[in-house]
Amino acid sequence: MNLTLKIWRQPDAVSAGAMHTYELADVSPDMSFLEMLDVLNEQLNDQGEDPIAFDSDCREGICGMCGLMINGDAHGPEVTTTCQLHMRSFSDGETITIEPWRSDAFPVVKDLVVDRGAFDRIIQAGGYVSVNTGSAPEAHSVPVPKDDADRAFNVATCIGCGACVAACPNGSASLFMGAKVTHLGLLPQGQPERDERVVNMVAQHDHEGFGGCTNIGACTAACPKEIPLDVISQLNKDLRTAIKHGH
Amino acid sequence: MKGARASRTTIALKLGMAVSGFIFLGFVLAHMYGNLKAFAGHDAFNEYAHHLRELGEPMLPHEGALWILRLGLILSLVVHVYCALVLWRRAARARTTKYVMKKDTGATRASLMMRWGGVTILVFLIWHLLNFTIGKVNPQGGATNDPYNLMVDTFDLWWMTLIYIVAMLALGAHLHHGIWSAAQTLGWTGTAAKRQRAKVFGFVTALIVSIGFSLVPLAVLAGIITK
Repeated sequence: MNLTLKIWRQPDAVSAGAMHTYELADVSPDMSFLEMLDVLNEQLNDQGEDPIAFDSDCREGICGMCGLMINGDAHGPEVTTTCQLHMRSFSDGETITIEPWRSDAFPVVKDLVVDRGAFDRIIQAGGYVSVNTGSAPEAHSVPVPKDDADRAFNVATCIGCGACVAACPNGSASLFMGAKVTHLGLLPQGQPERDERVVNMVAQHDHEGFGGCTNIGACTAACPKEIPLDVISQLNKDLRTAIKHGH
Repeated sequence: MKGARASRTTIALKLGMAVSGFIFLGFVLAHMYGNLKAFAGHDAFNEYAHHLRELGEPMLPHEGALWILRLGLILSLVVHVYCALVLWRRAARARTTKYVMKKDTGATRASLMMRWGGVTILVFLIWHLLNFTIGKVNPQGGATNDPYNLMVDTFDLWWMTLIYIVAMLALGAHLHHGIWSAAQTLGWTGTAAKRQRAKVFGFVTALIVSIGFSLVPLAVLAGIITK
């Protein structure tokens, strides 16, 4: 496959960036998207150019580190992470536009790398349960209904990649927060901090500069883990309950 | 966040929009019912309009009940517009560098038109009040003291009917996304089935409202409703 790649280049966080065009020949359709970028970077290295910076870690679709805006879709045209996207999803001669996540809460560090520390601060604000340390608790001492356990597990698959924010026309992180609030709120261990959790997470979210949700649903379409829109309903319900409880 | 308050969050603003939006929904359904009285003729339509002013008498003064309803609507409008403006500004600041290429995969057109659609409805509302309530502007220059005749005079002009039809399309699109969105904001759509039901309810209600309101102007233009 021969491809034309339009890629955002930005030397550092403070400099202005621009789109650059690269030609890449002999791309195998079996390559992953990141392997294709690796090949491009080898070519750039040979030419003495600065390679393109992009994030990746596990390359198995489970860590949430990689994430690129590809042809206007977060993680590209398939429902998966960028590392698990393969070049067979594109056609020979195609022009592919590659941009970093665009969110003022995720500032660009370099080229396609963004700082998603805002997500860490939202988690620090409430995405946890407090437990006493010591010996491991007896697993059957706190029964969890099967339906709740399944649902909590399904939404706990959120890897915090930020595709929901990148896809959202409002730049909202509601799907991310909803996944965490639903996951912890469905389990008995999450009950004592339930009200504070939602209030503190949403307040941190707003403080970071994310936008408000208007229930468009672009987030769930972009989510590589297919987190459903229900979690935003749960997030809203938990916040409404917290207001009722005087928080 | 130390000292975080639930009532100071973006979700609280959305709750304000959802509740005021549902108040508007109740209003437009009642308004549509009143409009359809036009099919019952001159006297039935005018009696309905007159009765609205006498509602609650003698317990309430003349137009008392009407003004209680109007105050509720004005308050809802202030809340709805204020929350929308704050959220609009936040969304604009959340992404100051735009994408070179962006597809809104998974989004309906109605969901992407909410803000400008809302502005369209607000501009229409101002004209509509000048036309029939505050100013009573008769675009044909005739008498304005008779609600039924003013209505027929207005919609006899094709371009006036067109303005109203465009506004009702904007309202329909706004309700199509807005009703389901309000249900989601209130936390009523916690499962896939409930979400689907809310979307269907939103679509059907939007269809009923936009068609129900459009019937009278179209009937006037077609000569079915006459003076």
